[in-house]
Amino acid sequence: MKKDHAQLSADFNANEPRVNWHDETLWWIRQKRDKAANTLPEWEELREAASAVKYHTLSNLSEYLQQFEANAHRNGITVHWAADAAEHNHIVCTILKEQGIKRIVKSKSMLTEECHLNPYLAENGIEVIDTDLGERIVQLADEPPSHIVLPCIHKKKEEIGELFHEHLGTAKGEADPQVLTAAARLHLRETFLTRRGALTGVNFAIAETGEFVVCTNEGNADMGAHLADVHIACMGIEKLIPLRQHLGIYLRLLTRSATGQPQTTYSSHFRSPRPGQQMHIVLVDNGRSTQLGREEFRNSLKCIRCGACMNTCPVYRRSGGHSYHTAIAGPIGAILAPNLDMKQYADLPFASTLCGSCSNVCPVKIDIHDQLYKWRQVLMKDGQGGAMKTASMKVMNFTLSSPGVYRTAGKAGRWFLRNVPFVVNNPLNPWYKQRDMPEAPQQSFGEWYKQNRKQ
Amino acid sequence: MSSREKILAAVKKNQPALEVMATYTQPEREEDLLQQYSTVLQAIGGTAVIVNTMAEVTHYLKEMWMGKGRIVSTVPGLQDLAEIAGETDPHQFENVELAIVPAHFGVAENGAVWVTEELLQQRVLPFITQNLAVILPKENLVATMHHAYDRIGNASYGFGTFIAGPSKTADIEQSLVLGAHGSKSMTVFLL
Repeated sequence: MKKDHAQLSADFNANEPRVNWHDETLWWIRQKRDKAANTLPEWEELREAASAVKYHTLSNLSEYLQQFEANAHRNGITVHWAADAAEHNHIVCTILKEQGIKRIVKSKSMLTEECHLNPYLAENGIEVIDTDLGERIVQLADEPPSHIVLPCIHKKKEEIGELFHEHLGTAKGEADPQVLTAAARLHLRETFLTRRGALTGVNFAIAETGEFVVCTNEGNADMGAHLADVHIACMGIEKLIPLRQHLGIYLRLLTRSATGQPQTTYSSHFRSPRPGQQMHIVLVDNGRSTQLGREEFRNSLKCIRCGACMNTCPVYRRSGGHSYHTAIAGPIGAILAPNLDMKQYADLPFASTLCGSCSNVCPVKIDIHDQLYKWRQVLMKDGQGGAMKTASMKVMNFTLSSPGVYRTAGKAGRWFLRNVPFVVNNPLNPWYKQRDMPEAPQQSFGEWYKQNRKQ
Repeated sequence: MSSREKILAAVKKNQPALEVMATYTQPEREEDLLQQYSTVLQAIGGTAVIVNTMAEVTHYLKEMWMGKGRIVSTVPGLQDLAEIAGETDPHQFENVELAIVPAHFGVAENGAVWVTEELLQQRVLPFITQNLAVILPKENLVATMHHAYDRIGNASYGFGTFIAGPSKTADIEQSLVLGAHGSKSMTVFLL
């Protein structure tokens, strides 16, 4: 059986200084986000507008999809529709094969991670080089990204230096970020100049104009797309917004929420292919239309993938992105993944303290922590809670619904903690991990109240 | 049924009842746009140079870049400094050291300039060049991205991009490094 979130977190927590470092780094980014948000007095109105425009879009999505398709087509872009991951991968592979392209560059696209495109293309003899520096690093390490905005946030520079020494020929022991980035720049320039196919993700697609916007700090999406003969852009159907002017709202929120920058270095608007180039868009459903029908969970489709909920999450910061065993980690991933596969991702909505910090920082006001709570209800009802959780909930229910049983159980608990603490304070009790159980008081509040009221 | 029809049918069936489109109005503020633009651009790693004439621009660029490598321009009137970007194959720009391009306007809140294909000649130019210089008339500054899109309106372009500073990455332990894949520096001349 595959390891669940708790087990994978335990692995990550084996190295305590590293967990602390991970935690502090992400918290620092969260603080940068706060500073950036506080520079705009209209921040809350922007969030409100961003949320409302996305909801409106979802309420008219079938129309907007058709409008976008018609306009993109008019602009000279070929539009493809993929019902699921397999169809998406097949479409991309077919376009490349028809053009005789065997090697491509790819900028960041969480959708292609979700669809496991890279291994599929590899099986079909097509080499993919990820060009975002963080993604290239995890690709060299043969790992998935651990964060949607900061793919290798879990890696120390010495480990990256080691990878570069092995794959890019940098000096042994070289771990200076400046030097390593320069080495990657050289290596990837050569790649950009020799690849005929480029794949990018999409941050926003505009129904009104048929254009799409791709945001990067590195310039890798543009380097790939403008040098390639064939540009394929892959997007989930929820990336749509109605009007070009709505970009004003989203671009102001996206990067401030993600890294605390006022905007990404490049916000590129692709409307038509350059002369002689082919441009394709693949519109992917892969469960999104199902999520749209789940009233309590449809707001998750508003997500603009800024990663703010991960940076603020006390669980994510201390468990690491890989513990979520899905393409999109953290709180938002934990409400998206069960829609794709309730059984495989049944553990994720439980990987939260429900503190609500994620909902507070979300630029499109997704009620993330409420949805985590609601997924728990759905999963327990569906029998996905696991035997332990189901049994313990039954015991809790029995105990809490009868005052007599509750008093006896309380008494027994206190007696055990006082007299034989090792029965509770042992590794079999998950609550004992990383903590000590409290010292038990002599009496319960009920007993104390009874006694003191008499006096 | 094709995937297109399947997806559209499922979406139509599952989308919530139509909600009206929300509107947003940006509050207007009294701001010194030139000052704000310059400050933000410096903060994101760019350089703002305030000049009065094109001759000053030429002088500045000559001092900085003459003899350092290939200089390409899409701004007219810089013949004694740069070649005119006329290539049809974008790969031919791979060895450009400095590219000089004009911009439609700049955005004070984030230091970005808006450029479109017809100003760039080749889309790849501001990305593939090692260094980027932008010529921007001072009066063409707007306060926020809302003003920016008001200004763009329904303009038709094949490609357009906001460029805010040099390309950068912080992927290695969150250490900021300028010059990821795009230009390593960005100088904006406010004319």
